[in-house]
Amino acid sequence: MKEKKIDIKKITGHHLFMPLLCLAIVLLVSVSYTHSFFVITIKNGILYGYMIDIINRASELVILSIGMTLVASSSGGTDISVGSIMAVTAAVVTYICAGGQQAVTSLAAPLIIAILAGLLVSLICGIWNGFLVAQLGVQPMVATLILYTAGRGIAQLITGGQNTYIRVDSYKVLGSKIGICPVPTPIFIAILMIVIVSLILKKTALGTYIQTVGINAKAAKLVGLKPVTIRFLTYAICGLMAGIAGVVASSRIYSCDANNIGLNIELDAILAVALGGNSLAGGKFSLAGSIIGAYTIQALTTTLYSMGVSADVLPVYKAIVVVIIVSLQSPELKKMFFRLKSRIGSGKEAA
Amino acid sequence: MKQKLKEIDTNKFLLWITIVMFFVMYLIGTIVFHDDGFAKPQVFLNLFTNNAGLIVIAVSMTMVLITGGIDISVGSMVALHCMILADLMQNKGMSMELAILVVLIVGIIFGAVQGFLVAYLNIQPFIVTLAGMFFGRGMTAVISTEMISISNEKFLNIANNKINIPFGGNLNSHGVMMYPFVYPTVIIAFLVLIIMFIVLRFTKFGRNVYAVGGNQQSALLMGLNVKRTKFQVYILDGFLVSIGGILFCLNTCAGFVEQAKGFEMEAIAGAVIGGTLLTGGVGNVFGSLFGVMIKGTIESFISFQGTLSSWWTKIVIALLLTFFIVLQSIFAKIKAKK
Repeated sequence: MKEKKIDIKKITGHHLFMPLLCLAIVLLVSVSYTHSFFVITIKNGILYGYMIDIINRASELVILSIGMTLVASSSGGTDISVGSIMAVTAAVVTYICAGGQQAVTSLAAPLIIAILAGLLVSLICGIWNGFLVAQLGVQPMVATLILYTAGRGIAQLITGGQNTYIRVDSYKVLGSKIGICPVPTPIFIAILMIVIVSLILKKTALGTYIQTVGINAKAAKLVGLKPVTIRFLTYAICGLMAGIAGVVASSRIYSCDANNIGLNIELDAILAVALGGNSLAGGKFSLAGSIIGAYTIQALTTTLYSMGVSADVLPVYKAIVVVIIVSLQSPELKKMFFRLKSRIGSGKEAA
Repeated sequence: MKQKLKEIDTNKFLLWITIVMFFVMYLIGTIVFHDDGFAKPQVFLNLFTNNAGLIVIAVSMTMVLITGGIDISVGSMVALHCMILADLMQNKGMSMELAILVVLIVGIIFGAVQGFLVAYLNIQPFIVTLAGMFFGRGMTAVISTEMISISNEKFLNIANNKINIPFGGNLNSHGVMMYPFVYPTVIIAFLVLIIMFIVLRFTKFGRNVYAVGGNQQSALLMGLNVKRTKFQVYILDGFLVSIGGILFCLNTCAGFVEQAKGFEMEAIAGAVIGGTLLTGGVGNVFGSLFGVMIKGTIESFISFQGTLSSWWTKIVIALLLTFFIVLQSIFAKIKAKK
């Protein structure tokens, strides 16, 4: 009996317990609402089904949440410009592909150059954020607020306020499928990003450095780390991740819709980090948690859509979930709870 | 003595830059767009008319920023308030007074919830108000995804009630003396501005606000109730935003989901350009007025120029905001070195 108790505590105490529990709850609700949840079919040579849809659609969010996790850990802030950076990247890529035209059926420039240029721009956006936060010491959210607003303006400037369409099969590959492989490409890209970043974090000391800076920047400096450089790096990585997500999102719709690409996705990314059991105040982080969080959110979104909630109303539910999660993380609430508990306890004793 | 002078300089310097910048920009406008009548008093007064709601919200934002917090939910809250007004008057047949009362109460409740989360649960203001931002926009869509135009007679009468100013008039082509005018919204906005100036400068509450933002630890040690002050600030903020929303609605006379998008950025930019420090403790509501006026001047530039697209406004404001944020951080670094 005693042994069992310890076991349960070990399981519930694990840092991935809560994220997995959340995912399980969402999936359970999802299954009870949709009968065809586990059905997977092949349509037009591509896997098709409820679960595939969730995993596929979550790809951008997973990529973003990797960057967001690092940013939150190193600086105790969040990058709210990721959605706008996605739009800017998509605008650059489509602009180069179309050669300034409205809609094209053949590429005006090699795809790889367009994508590299787009990623370079996203990296520059990230560097800009990093410069403001790390070098100048501006609060992360205010610093990224600049690109959050200006980003879509810049994207519209590039596209001339119009949607640019690239009706070329090779452009659609990243958003649909490679050759005869029935698994959607975005899933591969997301997994690739996870593998690359976690390898970098595991094989080098970067992960530890980031956490050290996040826990105590002054102590990190005394130990010989450079908090400015490390924060700068995390923002640059976050920008690049947003760029990759932007390319995937743009490839999905083989166009650039500057107003709608990555719209409201910054909240989802922050939510994914928080759901993953990571503190938004910086310090220790778990990449796996954030990734589970991202899939949970996509499952939630897809479930809400299938329940008939419109896209306009969706933010209401997400906002409520965010508030509940961050409230639960708040140590003040725990204190309040204890105070209430002890008050009730003492009341009983008195009676 | 010299040291003291320098101390004042750094805090007020930003404000002076802003005021000078505004007048220089306006002067450039009158020279460049002289033939289009940029120098007319009416064009100047339109700056206030077009931005009455934003002035109130920037004032409120200034107060929140002084405590070291931030409120980015203002844009979507304005949209929500406009939608509530439009929906209650058009679809529910409510009287104007009652609808306005409902909006004010919604604003206060919303402010109280945000204030509770920020002050008592100690959650970062940015996260709380980010959630508030999405909540507000979503709730607007819950009420209606269609645009609702307001046709309440009383409301439109107030909205279109021109108040002439008895000087600076000019003769029109028919030889009739035309005086420049403002709408009642401008008067309300200025009333709020003056009241908030007095509240922040001369009341106990105002001093608490500055103390909490200046140094929370010392404020706590001095015996101030930091949590309660923050809570009160967010309630007042919710109330002021609802007033700003009503003024904004008087300007547009409609409610729709996409309304007032990016308002939070404009309000923050207005306050920051007006010399409010993002780190808290320093700020002046009159500075924010000039910050908003600069934004208005940029908008007039773009509309007078005619060929530039509206998103240039956002880009220019973002640039200005960056400029002032960088300036602030440089000042902060100089101060820290001393």
